[in-house]
Amino acid sequence: MYPSRFRYEAPRSLGEAIGLLREGGDEAKVLAGGQSLVPLMKLRFASPELIVDINNVGGLDYHRADTDGTLRIGALCRHADLERSDLLKSTQPTMAAAAPLIADPLVRNRGTLVGSLCHADPQGDWASVVTALGGSMIAQGPNGSRAIAMADFVTGPFENTLEPDEIAVEAVIPPAQGTRAGGYLKLERRVGDFATVGVAVALETSGGTVRRAGIALTGVGGSTVAATAAAGALAGKALTAETIEQAADLAAQAANPRTDHRGSAAYKRHMVRTFVVRLLSRNGDRAERAA
Amino acid sequence: MTTVYDDLGDQVASDVPMRRIRFTINGARKAAEVEPRLLLAHLIRQGLGLTGTHMGCDTTNCGACTVLVDGRAIKSCTMLAVQADGHEITTVEGLATASELHPLQEGFKQEHGLQCGFCTPGMMLAAKALLAAKPDPTEEDVRWALSGNLCRCTGYQNIVKSVLWAAAKLRSEQAGDPPEPEPAGEPAQEA
Repeated sequence: MYPSRFRYEAPRSLGEAIGLLREGGDEAKVLAGGQSLVPLMKLRFASPELIVDINNVGGLDYHRADTDGTLRIGALCRHADLERSDLLKSTQPTMAAAAPLIADPLVRNRGTLVGSLCHADPQGDWASVVTALGGSMIAQGPNGSRAIAMADFVTGPFENTLEPDEIAVEAVIPPAQGTRAGGYLKLERRVGDFATVGVAVALETSGGTVRRAGIALTGVGGSTVAATAAAGALAGKALTAETIEQAADLAAQAANPRTDHRGSAAYKRHMVRTFVVRLLSRNGDRAERAA
Repeated sequence: MTTVYDDLGDQVASDVPMRRIRFTINGARKAAEVEPRLLLAHLIRQGLGLTGTHMGCDTTNCGACTVLVDGRAIKSCTMLAVQADGHEITTVEGLATASELHPLQEGFKQEHGLQCGFCTPGMMLAAKALLAAKPDPTEEDVRWALSGNLCRCTGYQNIVKSVLWAAAKLRSEQAGDPPEPEPAGEPAQEA
């Protein structure tokens, strides 16, 4: 299958890329890893007239932590880079758990975290992870750059709030208040399938108490579901059987799944609850040992 | 220097903007003029005539079209040919020499790692990337590395054995053993 015809440009600087986007307006698309965009173009679900390939723009393939613990992931950092990252393994348990579960190894070698967030697929795993972590996106346009909180970045299925002449250049995860804990669980029919249900839990604990919690759900709504009530129920509390059950119930209530070929709505809601209990119980044990 | 042209048959209009790219494939330097929407898999198969790279699902699911780009295993149906500009590609044709099979190919033969053979080139290239990064993989490592490549014949058991066989052979070769046809303990190769 071939995409429709398009003009292709591969600029070497962000300034040049933004200029091209400005020229192309609504008909221009940024190409990074291409693991969502190219299939969409082949199926003619997307037919952009101008492709701005940013793979030749230098200095975007990083992920690094600032001295205060802020994590920054550049637009060309591939899923595989994150899967192999010692930095994530030692400092970002939720991200380290999710990285090997993105698509399949071949897609991970090319696809990018920032691209996945921009694609805004309700079944995208990274969107839940970054939402749970309270992350944001840095968008760069002709008049400079701005930060957009993940909660405001995605407005619906496959819709984000970037302006036509803006490029998402970096995803940012704020530093933790206390010790980071958490994880990501994904129910999939086979490797590479989209999530039937995914749950991201990000905790920041100190002295056995949860300072901050984030819970977000994949595949159980029209876009990524931020289970804010569930997360709020944990703040300032210790992880006990009671608080865990309460958060799990609230997360299951926040889910808005639909019955489809991957499972019934009731089954998916049940799995949300199960995953929240599993993730929190695991971390509750750890928090107790640390306390 | 060879120049190859993509063949899109009647779809190509005379006014289609072509782009000139340069790349290396299986060690040979090439230049090509491609329409930007040409997929890498089509450049390889139709443009270069290297039909060992198979097109399976054409929807980023099956991994039959797996090739290495700068050593990384990727799906060539999900990358534009124009993006190969300046990069190094390895296909299954780049594994064997004129007289000798690559240890991975030998492994698939020894362990009966294929039936219909359609997924095999993709399997071998995904395995090659694994063995380059991890010469002594566990069975779990192999299964994980091949989890993006689908096989509808074998049930994967023999594919995993084939890759482990190749890993052992490559390790013994790299340990500086004299060039023996078989690593110790393996059955002699059939004539």
